[in-house]
Amino acid sequence: MINNTESTFTRVKNGRKYRSVRWARLVVILGFIVSVAFSITLVLGQSFTSPSDVLSVLLGHKLPGASFVVGQLRLPRAVISLLVGMSFGMAGVAFQIMLRNPLASPDIIGVSAGATAAAVFAITMLHLDGASVALFSISMGLLVALSIYGLSYRNGVTGTRLILIGIGVSAMIESITVYLLSQAQSWDRQEAIRWLSGSVNSAQLSQAQPLLISLLLFGGFLLSRSRDMEALRMGDDTAQALGINVNMTRITVMVSAVGLIAVGVAITGPIAFVAFLSGPIAMRLIKNKGALLLPSGFIGACLVLTGDYIGQFLLPSRYPVGVITGALGAPYLIYLIIRVNRKGGSL
Amino acid sequence: MTLHHQLIVNHLSAGYDDKIILQDININIEAGQITSIIGANACGKSTLLRTMSRLMSPSQGQVLLDGKSIHSTPSRQLAQTLGLLPQSPIAPEGITVGDLVSRGRHPHHGFISRWNKADDNAIAKALETTKTTELMDREIDELSGGQRQRVWIAMALAQETSILLLDEPTTFLDVAHQMEVLDLLIDLNQQQGTTIVLVLHDLNLAARYSDQLIAMKQGQIHAYGTPTNVITEGIIQSVFGLHNQVILDPLSGHPMVLPIGRHKITKNT
Repeated sequence: MINNTESTFTRVKNGRKYRSVRWARLVVILGFIVSVAFSITLVLGQSFTSPSDVLSVLLGHKLPGASFVVGQLRLPRAVISLLVGMSFGMAGVAFQIMLRNPLASPDIIGVSAGATAAAVFAITMLHLDGASVALFSISMGLLVALSIYGLSYRNGVTGTRLILIGIGVSAMIESITVYLLSQAQSWDRQEAIRWLSGSVNSAQLSQAQPLLISLLLFGGFLLSRSRDMEALRMGDDTAQALGINVNMTRITVMVSAVGLIAVGVAITGPIAFVAFLSGPIAMRLIKNKGALLLPSGFIGACLVLTGDYIGQFLLPSRYPVGVITGALGAPYLIYLIIRVNRKGGSL
Repeated sequence: MTLHHQLIVNHLSAGYDDKIILQDININIEAGQITSIIGANACGKSTLLRTMSRLMSPSQGQVLLDGKSIHSTPSRQLAQTLGLLPQSPIAPEGITVGDLVSRGRHPHHGFISRWNKADDNAIAKALETTKTTELMDREIDELSGGQRQRVWIAMALAQETSILLLDEPTTFLDVAHQMEVLDLLIDLNQQQGTTIVLVLHDLNLAARYSDQLIAMKQGQIHAYGTPTNVITEGIIQSVFGLHNQVILDPLSGHPMVLPIGRHKITKNT
C-alpha cells in the first residue's frame, strides 16, 4: 500500500510537471513565432531591408531610405498589429470562457460592433481623438455588453439566447456605423474600410501608447485571473465550490475584456474574427495542458501580423487585414455552427 | 482528523425570484456523520443543499459554519473547509483525469503560491481512495458514467475539506455504480471522519447508508433523525404520498420501504 501510494504520488507529480512543461514550451514556441512574424514584417515588404539596417533604424540611427520605410511605414504597422492582435486574442478567449461558448466572442455578439460605432461617432461627428475616443468606445462597448446580457436574461442567461440576441444587436449596430460613415464630412475610402472590416493601414507609433496601457492594465488583470477562469470552465457551481467568487470574477473579467476590445477597435477597427478565432486555435494546440489566455493572445498577434502581411504583399491586389482574417474566420464560423448544433460545443 | 467543523442551518428561507422554496429550516448537521436529504420531487432538497453550500443566497436566516455565516465568509476560505460536488459539473473538452482531480487544489493556492508536495499528496490520496489512479492519463470524455462520478468525487476529495456536500451523486448511475459511490462515501467517512451531506433519490439506499435522514416536504423539514426514526410508514406516506410498508432489511437491519401501488399486491396490507 505504501509503495502504491509512493508510485501514485510520483505519477501525479510527473503528470503535473509534464503539463506545465508542455504548456511553457508551447507558450515559448508561440512567442517565437510571433517574433518571427514581427521581424519579417520589418525586414521584407515591397523591398528587402537587411536585418542589420532594420536594427540600426530601431536603435535610432538615420539611414537614407531605410529610416522612412522601416521607421515610418513598417514599424508602426508591426507594433500596432502585435498589440491589437494580443488584445483581441485575450479578450476573445475571456468572453468565450466566461460564457462557455466559442460563439460568444465579442466580435460575434456585438461588443466589438458597439465599440466601433462609438469610435466612429466620436471621431467623425464629435471630432474627438486619442484617449477620449478610447473612453467613449469603452463605455459603449460596456453598454452593449450590458444590454445584450439584460435582453437575454430570463432566470439566468443561457449561452444560446445570448448569442442569438448578440448577433441581432451586432447587425443593428453595424448599420449604425455605415450610417455614420455616410453622414461624415470627411468621408474617405480608407476610413470606411478601417471601420467596417478593420485595418492597420493608417497605423502610427503614437497609437501604440493607449494600446500598451490597455494591455498592461486589462490584459494584466486577466492574466492574474487566469487560474480562476480555468476553474470557471467547469461550470459556475464547481467554480464556486472551489472557492471562486463567480459573479465578481465574471464581471471584472468581462469588463477588462471589453476594455481590451474597445481600445483596440478605436484604433484599427474591428479586425474580423481575430477575437473569435484565437481561443479555439489555442485550445486545439494546448489540448488542456494549461491556461488558454496567454497562448490565445499570441495567436491573436500572429493572426493580425500574418493576415496583414498576406493582405499587403502576397495577393494580386492589396487588402486590409480584416478582409484576410474575415476570409479565414468565415469557414470556421460555419463549421462551428454545424458542430455546436450537433453536439453542443464548449470551450 | 479529529477536528470537527460544525454546520448549522438557522431559520433559513430561500427561493428564486418571488417563489419561496425553503421555509424556516433549522438543522444541526451531526459532525462526522453521513446525513441524507430525502423527499419528493421539488420539495426543496437540492435548494437546501445549494444554500448550505453557498450556491444560493438565503432570503432569511443563515447557514453557520463554526458559528460564522458562510455567506459572509471569503469564498476561498470557505472552500478549504466545505466541499461540494454539484449535480452537473462540466469537464472542459479533452481534460485528463489527473488534471481534473488536481484542480481540487484550487482553494489552497493564493495568487502566486507554488505547487508543493502537499498538493501532490492530496491528489494521490484522492485518486487512490476513489480507485481512479489507473485512469489518471485518460480523458474524462472516454470514461463510463460510474468512473466519471468517481473522478469528480476525487476532485472534491483533493480539496481536503472536512465537510463534503453532494447533490444527487448517484442519479445517472446504474445500481452497481450507485453502490460503488455510496461505499466510497462510507470509506471516506470512516477513514477520514469527513462529515457528509447528500441528496439521495433512492429511499432504501438512503436508509442503509446514512446515519441521519432529513425528510423534506414542501420546503420544510418534516422529520429529522436516524433512519429508524424517519423511515416509518406514517412519515413516508406523508412525505411522498405513498402507501407503503416498512420492513427490516434482512441484510443490514435497517428499515426498508416497500411501496404499495394499485396492482400486483397479493397479500393484504
